[in-house]
Amino acid sequence: MDFSSLYVKEGRAISKAKGSLLIAESIPGIKFNEMVDIQLGNGEVKSGQAIDISEEAAIIEVFGGVSEVDLIGSKIRCKGETLKLPVSIDISGRIFNGMGEPIDGGSRVIPEDYLDINGEPINPALRQPPAEFIETGISAIDGLNALVRGQKLPIFSGSGLPHNRIVAQIIRQATVKGKEERFALVFAAIGISYDDASFFMRNLERTGALERTVAFINTASDPVIERISTPKLALTAAEYLAWKQNMHVLVILTDMTNYCEALRELSSMREEIPSRRGYPGYMYTDLATMYERAGRILGKEGSVTIMPILTMPDDDITHPIPDLTGYITEGQIVLSRNLERKGVYPPIDVFLSLSRMMKEGIGPSKTREDHNNVFMQSYAAYAEGCYLREISTIIGAEALGERDKIYLTNADEFERKFISQGEWEKRTVEDTLDIAWELFSTLPEEDLKLIKEEFIKKYLPKYRK
Amino acid sequence: MGKIWRVSGPLVIADDMKGSQVYEVVEIGEEGLVGEIVGLEGNKAIIQAHEDTLGLKVGEVVRGTGRILSAELGPGLVGSIYDGLQKSLLTLGENIGPFIKRGAKASALPRDKKWQFTPKVKVGDAVSQGDIIGVVPETNLIEHRIMVPLGIKGTIKEIRQGDYTVEEPVTWIENGNEVKELTLMQEWPVRKPRPYKQRFDPSGLLTTGMRILDYMFPLALGGKASIPGGFGTGKTVALQQLARWAQTHLNIYVGCGERGNEMSDVLTSFRELKDPNTGILLQEKEIFIANTSNMPVVAREASIFVGITMAEYFRDMGYDILVVADSTSRWAEAMREMSGRLEEMPGEEGFPSYMGSRLSSFYERAGMVECLGNPERKGSVTVAGAVSPPGADFSEPVTQNTLRIIDALYALDVSLANKRHFPSINWLTSYSLYVDAVKDWWNEYDPGWEDTRASALRVLQQEAELEEIVRLVGPEALPEGDKLLLLTARMIREDFLQQSAYHEVDTYCMPAKAGLMLKTIMKFYELAQEMLNSGAGIESIRSSPMVYRISRMKDIPNEAFEQRVKELWSEMDQSLVTGKRVP
Repeated sequence: MDFSSLYVKEGRAISKAKGSLLIAESIPGIKFNEMVDIQLGNGEVKSGQAIDISEEAAIIEVFGGVSEVDLIGSKIRCKGETLKLPVSIDISGRIFNGMGEPIDGGSRVIPEDYLDINGEPINPALRQPPAEFIETGISAIDGLNALVRGQKLPIFSGSGLPHNRIVAQIIRQATVKGKEERFALVFAAIGISYDDASFFMRNLERTGALERTVAFINTASDPVIERISTPKLALTAAEYLAWKQNMHVLVILTDMTNYCEALRELSSMREEIPSRRGYPGYMYTDLATMYERAGRILGKEGSVTIMPILTMPDDDITHPIPDLTGYITEGQIVLSRNLERKGVYPPIDVFLSLSRMMKEGIGPSKTREDHNNVFMQSYAAYAEGCYLREISTIIGAEALGERDKIYLTNADEFERKFISQGEWEKRTVEDTLDIAWELFSTLPEEDLKLIKEEFIKKYLPKYRK
Repeated sequence: MGKIWRVSGPLVIADDMKGSQVYEVVEIGEEGLVGEIVGLEGNKAIIQAHEDTLGLKVGEVVRGTGRILSAELGPGLVGSIYDGLQKSLLTLGENIGPFIKRGAKASALPRDKKWQFTPKVKVGDAVSQGDIIGVVPETNLIEHRIMVPLGIKGTIKEIRQGDYTVEEPVTWIENGNEVKELTLMQEWPVRKPRPYKQRFDPSGLLTTGMRILDYMFPLALGGKASIPGGFGTGKTVALQQLARWAQTHLNIYVGCGERGNEMSDVLTSFRELKDPNTGILLQEKEIFIANTSNMPVVAREASIFVGITMAEYFRDMGYDILVVADSTSRWAEAMREMSGRLEEMPGEEGFPSYMGSRLSSFYERAGMVECLGNPERKGSVTVAGAVSPPGADFSEPVTQNTLRIIDALYALDVSLANKRHFPSINWLTSYSLYVDAVKDWWNEYDPGWEDTRASALRVLQQEAELEEIVRLVGPEALPEGDKLLLLTARMIREDFLQQSAYHEVDTYCMPAKAGLMLKTIMKFYELAQEMLNSGAGIESIRSSPMVYRISRMKDIPNEAFEQRVKELWSEMDQSLVTGKRVP
């Protein structure tokens, strides 16, 4: 194989270098979004990507920034390829950086194929609706916001909240009932601190999950621009494992807020017209192109489930990052600082959390026949209790009627018994539902309007013998 | 033939393009990616690419096609699933597998399928544009009426009966010494509204099976509505419900920049669900356009216009059509992205200043019309568009521009959704200007509709006012009459407005049932007021078994409802009147 042919075109006349952009005179034959090497005067080589090409100029985005680039001695060489990830089954158990290069000291992957990191859209007519319940062992998720295979369900957190611990718990405990299948984990660390990244890696090691994990690590000290490619590499690896190797893949992306920040930084360098709070107008599309890679395909065995983590700046759910994410993902698990302060773990805000795929994944033969009813009734009862709690802060609990007092206590118990659980406690979905029935028994029976009568007779503790 | 001069995302500038026209479709590069000229400058053409431009090179060829972006119209549309450019997604799947590769082609109408054509005119008849010359039974629910395309008239020289594909000629029309061949298929440029004889005001109820719409904020045939809502407010579910149960001849569901999994969920459910009136599978009266959020951005606009063009085509046959677009905000965002790349002067929040007029050019194609041609017929297109306001803030430009055009607003409310009150349509901020347009329809069906509706809305309004006081003094400190009002309002909210899309019976509520349900609650209110006046306590009313019975009304099937509710009424008369005697 003739490697020199990889470098077909070369350009020298660079007219501008700023931030992470180079503007060079037009390079004949350069492709849109092609990868290029920039050889500096001192011999160092940087990678870049052509983001705007014309007969007059080529604009190159340089990974790692333009430091030390000089306008006279540097050369741009085209590689003739867009950014691709070399894949083979040997990527399992490996750790890569944000450019897809191994950083675990091991050798390069001998590729079976090179895949474009942007992927291709799944034909919506050939998708299979996700319907397999994943038991995470966490009541607030399984009972009220069930996760199913092929779903994209983010965790909206805030700085200082225990999202890492919750995700680690999900990774430890997640199973699909009654199935032994090939399962893989893809982990992308995007601009997070070294400590957070090593917390995850240690956890994976401890549970023995590391060997079926592919990790892409871009820590806070790594180049910002590689944050853009990190999640895409991870998803490309996930797609390879799911669609070529028939595995069920769970993708953890943390922290997507850093990805969006990087996107904004890049957009402002490109001098694009900003949309809300300086984020580019195409951020929705950009995020959607990644998250939509989750799913199941008719006739294929594997699946891609995505669980992105993002920290809401100032706990504000209307901030563009959580807002746009919520419009794309199939629900969200929102963590609450209030519950955290009350000492509730996991502090999952039941009202703001939602799983859009839940109804498909629960019910007879999937979880239990009463699941949907229990979910609705728990919800309604807790909502009523919280509303009364709000009123009672003004008028005092004593001014409430008898029925209202019952609901008030019920809400406290719900937080204490149902939402709260141990970090190492794995509850089956039956346990979760039974806790809910336990709590219903304190309510007036005629108030259980959202539950079918036959289930009341079957599951309410006082009828159970 | 020109060549690529610049590529920047979906924006391509081509040189040597003299002789092209704006909105002409072009094929870009060796792969022939579909693009559309949006501007001309000297020899250069500014092109928006409807497919991913990754890997294009400066200097590659750009071919003009001489045609404007058009939709194929003919038998085979109903039940199909298209992408934004009207490529059949199932054909694409058969040809290239489950991933969409750019440059892949698939025609909208199947070319090999034969349709049974029955003429409705005979040799020697004079025909002109819009005349129905024959019919094809397309599905069990839709008779496809073949019309003379625009600009053609003359006398029938020959007309055939039998099985034909969409490309085979079936009719010859002679005008002077010119003879035109007609096939079952025609084309229409998607950005151009199809003409009609005369336009009417929207009238008659578009039955949706959703109580809060049909009874409280009705949508009229030929009307236009908007459903704005933050994420998680059930926008998509509400639109899916509309597309499922709306009692029109044909529904068109445009998924514009939305989720793939939800789209596949809709597609699957339509293969299983049956129309409540005819018992025929819903997919026989539905066309889908699925341009999910990861598919090319520019095609979002195309998807909306392809959808409305197909709707107008069926309207011209004399049908009532509903177009549901989820979500117009994604289309507006696509406009913003293109506008930014074209370096146009931005309007509010970076959206182009022509966004408002572009949105109107879609919504204004709704309407009830008298169609062109013979026989005389009326058809209508009703439009419901979702809006996804960032941060659920309705003051943003897309929502505000939409509000200026539409006449019915279904405002979805985050706090209702958080309480899991679905559909989370806020009864205080939503409105419908079609109340007068459907008055006659309702009064024939349910005399007294206006009064019942108004008094229920009044109770809800009073509840909102009392709510402020409750927050200060608590519910127990209110006078008995107000407590009863709160109880009634709660019953209206929970037992009438709330409706489960997933409950086998409750998912579709016939207007007659909706009317009786609300009347039952209002009757309860009246009787309970009498009880209070005669000295009964609010506790005895709250604990009345009637309250529970009313809450279970939803579960009673549509057919059995009238009988069962009569029983309920007589029981109510007895028990509440008895209650009155025993304080």
